Amino acid sequence: MGKITSGAVTAYKKMALPLASIQLFLFTMEVNDQLIENLAHLSRLRFPAEEKKSLQEDLQKMIAFVEQLQEVDTTGVEPLLHMSDNVNVLREDELKGSCSRQEALQNAPSHDEVFFKVPKVIRK
Amino acid sequence: MNAADKYEAVIGLEVHAQLQTNSKLFCGDSIAFGAEPNTHVSPVTLGHPGTLPKTNKKAVEFAVKIGLACNCAIEEKNYFARKNYFYPDLPKGYQISQHTTPICKGGFVSIKTSEGEKDILLNRIHMEEDAGKSIHDVYDDFSCIDLNRAGTPLVEIVTEPCISSSEEAFQYITELRRLVRWIGICDGNMEEGSLRCDANISIRLKGEKKLGTKVEVKNLNSIRNVKKAIDYEINRMIELVENGGTITQQTRSFDAGNDTTFAIRDKEEANDYRYFADPDLTPFHLTPSYIQSIKEQLPALPQQRMLQLKKEFGLNEYDAEQLCDEKATAEFFIAVAQHTGNYKAIANWMLGPIRQHLNETHATFDHCSLQAKTLAALISIVDEGKVNFSVASSKLLPVLFTTNAHPLQLAEELNLLQVSDTGELENWVNTVITNMPDKVAEYKKGKKGLIGLFVGEVKKLSKGKADPKLVTELLQQKLS
Repeated sequence: MGKITSGAVTAYKKMALPLASIQLFLFTMEVNDQLIENLAHLSRLRFPAEEKKSLQEDLQKMIAFVEQLQEVDTTGVEPLLHMSDNVNVLREDELKGSCSRQEALQNAPSHDEVFFKVPKVIRK
Repeated sequence: MNAADKYEAVIGLEVHAQLQTNSKLFCGDSIAFGAEPNTHVSPVTLGHPGTLPKTNKKAVEFAVKIGLACNCAIEEKNYFARKNYFYPDLPKGYQISQHTTPICKGGFVSIKTSEGEKDILLNRIHMEEDAGKSIHDVYDDFSCIDLNRAGTPLVEIVTEPCISSSEEAFQYITELRRLVRWIGICDGNMEEGSLRCDANISIRLKGEKKLGTKVEVKNLNSIRNVKKAIDYEINRMIELVENGGTITQQTRSFDAGNDTTFAIRDKEEANDYRYFADPDLTPFHLTPSYIQSIKEQLPALPQQRMLQLKKEFGLNEYDAEQLCDEKATAEFFIAVAQHTGNYKAIANWMLGPIRQHLNETHATFDHCSLQAKTLAALISIVDEGKVNFSVASSKLLPVLFTTNAHPLQLAEELNLLQVSDTGELENWVNTVITNMPDKVAEYKKGKKGLIGLFVGEVKKLSKGKADPKLVTELLQQKLS
């Protein structure tokens, strides 16, 4: 298992706050079947039951790796809310960049002349 | 005691207002309503990999404007977050929203109810993008997706759970709609979906501090329906609890066909949206001087204008309220008031014949062809007794709307000037007296109320041109 570099530690220190919720999620939850199923559902992934075991082990290892960050003392470090140093890259309210309907639809797995077609969804 | 009186309702409203920009929140597609499906789309809207969204400056400005108009604190350090979920009308698999840093915090909207004034407290206003539209009735086996609306800039205005009746909710949305229209950030059209409302409703026993289980009602596409849905829901919940039932947390939809609500899903497990900062979008910082400059651009708000119309121009509550229904109406009043001091007459004209004419021609004060100074001149000639009000409104006004001619000259041309020449008046008066000997006799016996009848006859005879005041005097002289 790799070691975490000091640069990564600084970046992590800054990110302490937004990561808090993920920490809670990762460090307090045992990687069990239920968790794997929830994550698979949220990611819309499907895999055979026999893969579950190896996935579970991999995920456990990843968590253990990231868990090392817990050792860093982040007292007094301003939370980092965003990774970018750029701010205010804004655009004027102008119309441009639209494509034709034909272009928009051409890569969709299913469509007619006008619409994207998707499996029937119940009304929201 | 009525069982219902034991309970009180606690309501919070979430209003989505579509910002009136030209382009979408993160790319240059048009947001115009009613376009052919999937024609206002770009690689950004379609969620193609490798595209880079960029925030619309105007949308930020509009969000700040509504925040200032609602007395909110404006967040200086903003960033956008991804709210992850899958739905066919959400091409990227996440909605870009503001999670941790809503652009406006706190604030309130003042409303008037039958029980007096109340401040509806806001929790937050945040920016987000709209989703596309699903259409279910084209095919039996497929749903159709139109992504024109995807990426349209919205603000979501969220109240605290501090609304206690459907009437308050009604007044709040009415006021909010007036406000967004007034400052020009949203057209407020609920039928087209540019203003949408979800209501969170719960009940509890009076005196109870804890909030009851809430139900969220969606699909409220008019202010009246918001009121109806809340009333229905409160009654349903009270009846349920009174009969020993338990309220479950649900999302319900309003059925405008029979004014009821029905459950669309139970919210048993909390959604897991896995919010995180959108790495494709740079944060945006708002400086105090920028916020100040937006503040200075804001027009006088409805409640300030109403106060001004009452204090400065001496109008009554009703007139002031009516004139401040829309900004253009209030501004038209102010414009006319620069040319005449008869403020009450301006209000009467605007709320009477002018509004009627505008309605009939499907026009608004926004695009009122009648000029302020024309109306002021019209008011003056009525005040001076040169034409009477009814002639002025029925004969002169319709012409003035198209020509804006000088009202006095127009009255001359149309031969509508009031006749105050005693000779001509005397002729008419004499004719009437000769034609109605019976009535004259009755009058002389003491039935003084008949004077109105005589004046009316003279008016008819003169085709409205006789000055009623002079006619009355003349008649009284002759009949005494």
